[in-house]
Amino acid sequence: MIGINHYLTLAAILFTISIMGLLLNRKNIIIILMSIELMLLAVNFNFIAFSSFLNDSAGQIFVFFTLTVAAAEAAVGLAILILLFRNLRSINVKDMDKLKG
Amino acid sequence: MTGISIYLTIILAPLITSITTGIFGVKLGKTFSHSFTILGVLIATICSYIVLYQVQIEHHVYNGALYTWLTVGTQTISVGILIDTLTSIMLVVVTSVSLMVHIYTIGYMAHEEGYERFFSYISLFTFMMIMLVTSNNFVQLFFGWEGVGLVSYLLIGFYYKKESAIFANLKAFLINRIGDLGFLLGIALVFMYCGSLYYTDVFAKLHTIRFDILFGTNWNIITVMCILLFIGAMGKSAQFPLHVWLPDSMEGPTPISALIHAATMVTAGIFMVARLSPMYNLSETALSVIIYAGGINCFFLGILGIIQNDIKRVVAYSTLSQLGYMTVALGCGAYSVAIFHLMTHAFFKGLLFLAAGSVIVAMHHEQDMRKMGGLAKYMPVTYITMLIGSLAVVGIPPFAGFFSKDMILSSAVIAYHNHIPGASFAVFTTYASIFITALYSFRLLFMTFHGKERFLDESHHHNHEDNKHHASHKPRESPFVITLPLVLMAIPSIIVGGLCLIGFVTGKFVFGSVFNVSWIVNGFKEEAPSAIEMIKESVIHLPLYIGLSGLLVAYIFYKNPNISNKFVQSIKPIYNILDKKYYMDDLYIKVLMPCGRILGKFLWNIGDIFIIDGLLVNGSANLINRYSKILRKIQNGFINSYAIFMIFGVIIMLTFCTNLIFG
Repeated sequence: MIGINHYLTLAAILFTISIMGLLLNRKNIIIILMSIELMLLAVNFNFIAFSSFLNDSAGQIFVFFTLTVAAAEAAVGLAILILLFRNLRSINVKDMDKLKG
Repeated sequence: MTGISIYLTIILAPLITSITTGIFGVKLGKTFSHSFTILGVLIATICSYIVLYQVQIEHHVYNGALYTWLTVGTQTISVGILIDTLTSIMLVVVTSVSLMVHIYTIGYMAHEEGYERFFSYISLFTFMMIMLVTSNNFVQLFFGWEGVGLVSYLLIGFYYKKESAIFANLKAFLINRIGDLGFLLGIALVFMYCGSLYYTDVFAKLHTIRFDILFGTNWNIITVMCILLFIGAMGKSAQFPLHVWLPDSMEGPTPISALIHAATMVTAGIFMVARLSPMYNLSETALSVIIYAGGINCFFLGILGIIQNDIKRVVAYSTLSQLGYMTVALGCGAYSVAIFHLMTHAFFKGLLFLAAGSVIVAMHHEQDMRKMGGLAKYMPVTYITMLIGSLAVVGIPPFAGFFSKDMILSSAVIAYHNHIPGASFAVFTTYASIFITALYSFRLLFMTFHGKERFLDESHHHNHEDNKHHASHKPRESPFVITLPLVLMAIPSIIVGGLCLIGFVTGKFVFGSVFNVSWIVNGFKEEAPSAIEMIKESVIHLPLYIGLSGLLVAYIFYKNPNISNKFVQSIKPIYNILDKKYYMDDLYIKVLMPCGRILGKFLWNIGDIFIIDGLLVNGSANLINRYSKILRKIQNGFINSYAIFMIFGVIIMLTFCTNLIFG
């Protein structure tokens, strides 16, 4: 029988993968964006799992909001990325150290 | 008009006229400037006499606060007024002399630049001096003290384009700072041990701390207080070795030499010690120190007057000597006698300065006595008034100086009989100084007003350069505005001594504010003389003959310059020392100033540049710089590392928060 802990484990695995993608990747900034999307999905997974387990539909409604925001965020993120590429002619994360103090 | 309004009038009238003249004087003109300031001082003078009457006859004493100046913790410092017998006498002296000097200035400064500025300053001085004498606490006393010092500085440097004047005013300012350091430390000690700065509170507290000692030492606390405060008085009242500024202060115009450097400001120290007499009475050691200081002043500095050729400097050294007399009286515990001499001295020394100024005006601002002579027939009023002043300063009966000086001599003798340390020295110096005083006073008189008319040589000398001026080179008597104050000052110089003698000797005139030492009180009780008796008795007493012998010697030297030249030759080494003023100026300029400079440089290099600039200011900046160089390595600009910090931060925060919430 598949219980709530399976779902939560899956969500945790997804979340860890996304964090690793965020931390270890030094090459491609698109992968960072993808990792962020994945992170949100992992959280959504948790929402749905708990919603089903607790018989409370509020969690599932929240997922809709999250998805909407995530879509908007992806759009804005990609737009920024395109502008960045136009200026830097690169999507290499190592080139983006303008904030260095 | 009674009570507080009259006191306020005395204080504020000179201030208002000073500010008005200072700001609008140039626009409103010379006539306005002098008439307005004179009006202010006249009002103050009249009110002072009313107050004198109220205090002395009606015994109406006032002590109260006008306005809260500042509050620190539980301490309140207010601008207060203390009107008692001592204050009333000081008020009368200050305002009367000030009024005379104001009138005199119209004539003396008539053709000078900065006429309005001068009037503004002397009115400001009058205000500050009144603040000083009417104060009921140490802070206001210090305010007045510094105020008169400031105006003195401004007025010595009145001719600010003259190099020597600037040197003199800076000298006066710096030497006074030395005294003020002692004065401030004294005030701080008083505050520390008495917990208050009001005279009445302090005096009430004195007996409880009478046998206390200064922490870390075995010095009696009251002695230390008294000596520190007296160091302040030494600066202001030009006591040895802080006297060097007073002769140089003669660079200022003559009216202020009369007002500030003879009659009022330099006596502020004497006033202060008399005001604090209950404190000084408790310390015999401090009184001995004062006796020695006064003795040195009155004899050793008086001698210097004999060899001066500048007419004003002779009078300046005479002032130093007379201040020494007052200090001796203070040291003997005869405070009321010191105040008595202060009062008579204010009149006759003011008179001497004003008369010297009148001579200077007639000689077209020539101050060298070697270029004068024979002026008596040209300037009879000046001559007679100066003669009166000289007789008074020597102490020939029945002139004012005789009574006050004789009382000082008696006080010294009484102190000697009571075995006060230093009294024997004081007896010697005060008696010897009578001779010195007579010598320089009459040398001045003979050189200036008698003998060959040496200014004629001078005019011949200039003849080929300036033919037209030849006729006007003959000196003329000064105008009315100059001679009037001379006459008005000469009258008190004659009569004030005899009139006030009994009041001061028994202490009645300063009853309740100045407390003579017990031996003086007893001593004068036994032989309280009346004025007439004293004049009669003076014939069989030594001082008169000492004075007359000084006069005689001055006459012999004047008649036979050869004798005096030979005498000078025979004591050449001593003469050289005197000519260099005991090398005091050299001591200050060649020894103390370089030492001060070395100390200053040391403190500048170590304290300022190394500790403050190097360690504290730049040091803290360098420290931050060094650590931030390490910390900035974290900020490498890569999003990944920021993300790491964020994530781990969140994890750590969550851990702690969960503990806080659930644990």
